[in-house]
Amino acid sequence: MRFEHPATFNPIDQLKVIGHPTSRIEGPLKTTGTAPYAYERHNVVANQAYGYVVGSAIGKGRIGAIDLDAAKAAPGVLAIVTADNAGKLGKGERNAAPLLGGPEIAHYHQAVAVVVAGTFEQARAAAQLVRIDYVKGDGKFDLAAERDSVSVPDPKIGGPADTAVGDFASAFAAAPVQLDATYTTPDQGHAMMEPHASIAAWDGDKLTVWTSNQMIAWGAEDMAKTLGIPRENVRLVSPYIGGGFGGKLFLRADVLLAALGARAAGRPVKVALQRPLMFNNTTHRPATIQRIRIGAERDGKITAIGHESWSGNVSEGEPDMAVSQTRLLYAGANRMTATRLAALDLPEGNAMRAPGEASGMMALEIAIDELADKLGIDPVALRIANDTQVDPEHPQRHFSQRQLVQCLNEGAARFGWSKRNAKPGQVRDGRWLVGMGVAAAFRNNLVTKSAARVRLDQQGRVTVETDMTDIGTGSYTIIAQTAAEMMGVPLEKVTVRLGDSDFPVSCGSGGQWGGNNSTAGVYAACTKLRETIAQKLGFNSAEALFADGVVRSGNRSVPLGQAAGAGDLAAEDAIEYGDLAKTYQQSTFGAHFVEVGVDADTAEIRVRRMLAVCAAGRILNPKAARSQVIGAMTMGVGAALMEDLVVDKRHGLFVNHDLAGYEVPVHADIPHQDMIFLDETDPISSPMKAKGVAELGICGVAAAVANAVHNATGVRVREYPITLDKLLEALDID
Amino acid sequence: MTTISLDVNAETHQLELDNRTTLLDALREHLHLTGTKKGCDHGQCGACTVIVDGRRINSCLTLAVMHQGDEITTIEGLGTPDGLHPLQAAFVEHDGYQCGYCTPGQICSAVAVLAEVKAGIPSHVTADLNAPVRLTNAELRERMSGNICRCGAYSNIAEAISEVAGRSA
Repeated sequence: MRFEHPATFNPIDQLKVIGHPTSRIEGPLKTTGTAPYAYERHNVVANQAYGYVVGSAIGKGRIGAIDLDAAKAAPGVLAIVTADNAGKLGKGERNAAPLLGGPEIAHYHQAVAVVVAGTFEQARAAAQLVRIDYVKGDGKFDLAAERDSVSVPDPKIGGPADTAVGDFASAFAAAPVQLDATYTTPDQGHAMMEPHASIAAWDGDKLTVWTSNQMIAWGAEDMAKTLGIPRENVRLVSPYIGGGFGGKLFLRADVLLAALGARAAGRPVKVALQRPLMFNNTTHRPATIQRIRIGAERDGKITAIGHESWSGNVSEGEPDMAVSQTRLLYAGANRMTATRLAALDLPEGNAMRAPGEASGMMALEIAIDELADKLGIDPVALRIANDTQVDPEHPQRHFSQRQLVQCLNEGAARFGWSKRNAKPGQVRDGRWLVGMGVAAAFRNNLVTKSAARVRLDQQGRVTVETDMTDIGTGSYTIIAQTAAEMMGVPLEKVTVRLGDSDFPVSCGSGGQWGGNNSTAGVYAACTKLRETIAQKLGFNSAEALFADGVVRSGNRSVPLGQAAGAGDLAAEDAIEYGDLAKTYQQSTFGAHFVEVGVDADTAEIRVRRMLAVCAAGRILNPKAARSQVIGAMTMGVGAALMEDLVVDKRHGLFVNHDLAGYEVPVHADIPHQDMIFLDETDPISSPMKAKGVAELGICGVAAAVANAVHNATGVRVREYPITLDKLLEALDID
Repeated sequence: MTTISLDVNAETHQLELDNRTTLLDALREHLHLTGTKKGCDHGQCGACTVIVDGRRINSCLTLAVMHQGDEITTIEGLGTPDGLHPLQAAFVEHDGYQCGYCTPGQICSAVAVLAEVKAGIPSHVTADLNAPVRLTNAELRERMSGNICRCGAYSNIAEAISEVAGRSA
């Protein structure tokens, strides 16, 4: 089905099932521990052996010699795979650094060996006996030091390295009020709860991997390419995924090493990346340095806005597109952005929840707060004054929907923003200095092809199959809701099967595109199945009504199961998009409001209240969507206050590479969170009239925390995370 | 290798185990009770929380051979998909999870937290050690802080636990 014109009334608009806050259909499995995750598939193949990964102990250089004798002689060892004996390996389209290193080492904890043994304990013990002599090379590990020797990248996604509209330099120079500030964001880790894990089994030259991956088709394709085998010989299965946040978008070492280990050992092998290996072995959100310049009239109108960003990556790695939102969020006649990339030898930087906007909004939304201070204008009012309903670079392009102003106003009213004292450091609650902060939320809506197959059986049961994944996003539930709405059956009559490369290729889970596109693909397949059923019954498909488990046309009515007849009826289709994403700018919007307390004696920072108001198209399931947003707000608190992969600039590694050293928010860090959606449908986005929502929630929230800390204390911290040591001196605490 | 018997969810299992086997790996790899999750294997995340003799522990930080004769309860012992424990049902109702990987540990922890409060066991944030312990917002969040949820379902988890405890979050 091609989607070329804005959606008109369709069966989804009945909202009998869609739009309801349905509990997740897989909830009883997840809460009883019976949902099977990758490493737990004891029943899929017999005789599984265990692999344990050895990671490089240097950040840059090469392996001089490997001595495997002691490890090979250890009890239970079946095989050891290194680059020496793995055979010729290619590299996936989407991998920058090779997944198995040696002799060249691209980054710290790059996998250099997998030890396979009969038990986990044996494999772990033998892995400690692998002796490697390294020859250390000179690496570049310090982004700030490389700032002046960067290249102009040619980014694959997120726009060109340089953009310009009008005459930024002259307009900025002439502006009566100017802001010129530089912000930094650190490297951050996904730190999903389930480590990357895979069970691999060979049947002749055919490989099956039960794994944990967000993008099944990408993974299968890159696995085939890496092993140099035909794509059709690789099957990936990933029905439950213990979190991803972008860290499981791509083929990772667990998949490759399980497959190589299984081939070497001659039996199935399971591999989970050890937690302390994950932070340096896999990808991360790269650190940025961002300079923002804004020129404004005294009434607050922005006349010039410029955003430059520096990040680093390994060879073939991409820059963080932190400037993206600045091209679209605020009006202003004169504009520029610039993205620069430093060659670094740290682990590979790549997508993490809202890549680009998450880092960019951390900086831009402090800058707007600083500008409001300079102007003496309320920061909510300043944002509203600079709203634009068109793409500022291409004024003929309108936003499909843009309710930023409504989000800000609604949020301000609900949060009690009018009680905020604009002068910092004025509000005390016992020992706490109390402040409020606001930030806009912004994330683009991406549309991309997504396919599904739908089957109807004699009992009237509808089964949906697609390689779409559910990484905690609610895919199972919203896909079931979509099929139930389309086919006119109750939710209990729908079975959803996900995450298998034997199923039609979906959009997968990433970039907050999963919900809208995967359900639109199911919509397309259901539309085709409705036509097939109508034809079979001799109904006019345009007039046939599907409701209450029955198909009706005129005065005839047939139970759905009966329409299937003896065999199943099946239909497969995909949603594919025309030019609407070019004609219109499709984005999602919100406003974050945060209240913090800062201990006047210790500078300890506590988040006291949080509210997000979001406008993101039709909300397919308000319960699951709300969870996505509050989860993203939580990750945003982490970004604001604690998350920081600390770089050892001599040896080239992230030092705090476990869940004790890399701090993420815990229960005690997060108060009750309020979150509301504004009513919105976006017929330009898809037949579902929905948009992405899962990443919108993280965009801007860290800046809202930072702005609240400033309001509480008068201290402006521009280097994330905002830890108490950065407040102590300025607070003049004895 | 040691032969031991483990009492898990009111069933006794005879196992011959490598002495290095953690309780977590004994449950997951030998008894195939995979509801208990391995998130870090270092006692840093809480995903492996089980209840041993009425107290919650990180099963990755203890060896299986240390638990002969102990009464071990895992998530599978609390309820089933067709017969959910009240906390499991409350987690579903309040969407107290997303990816589901930390969830069994959160629920086992929550069961033990409610018992700790009932037994009057204080925590780091208990202000008055002589007064009965009340499950305030601060107490709940402090006591649950050993269980990380990277999806960030904390606010909903607090609602779910509070509902079962008969209070509002």
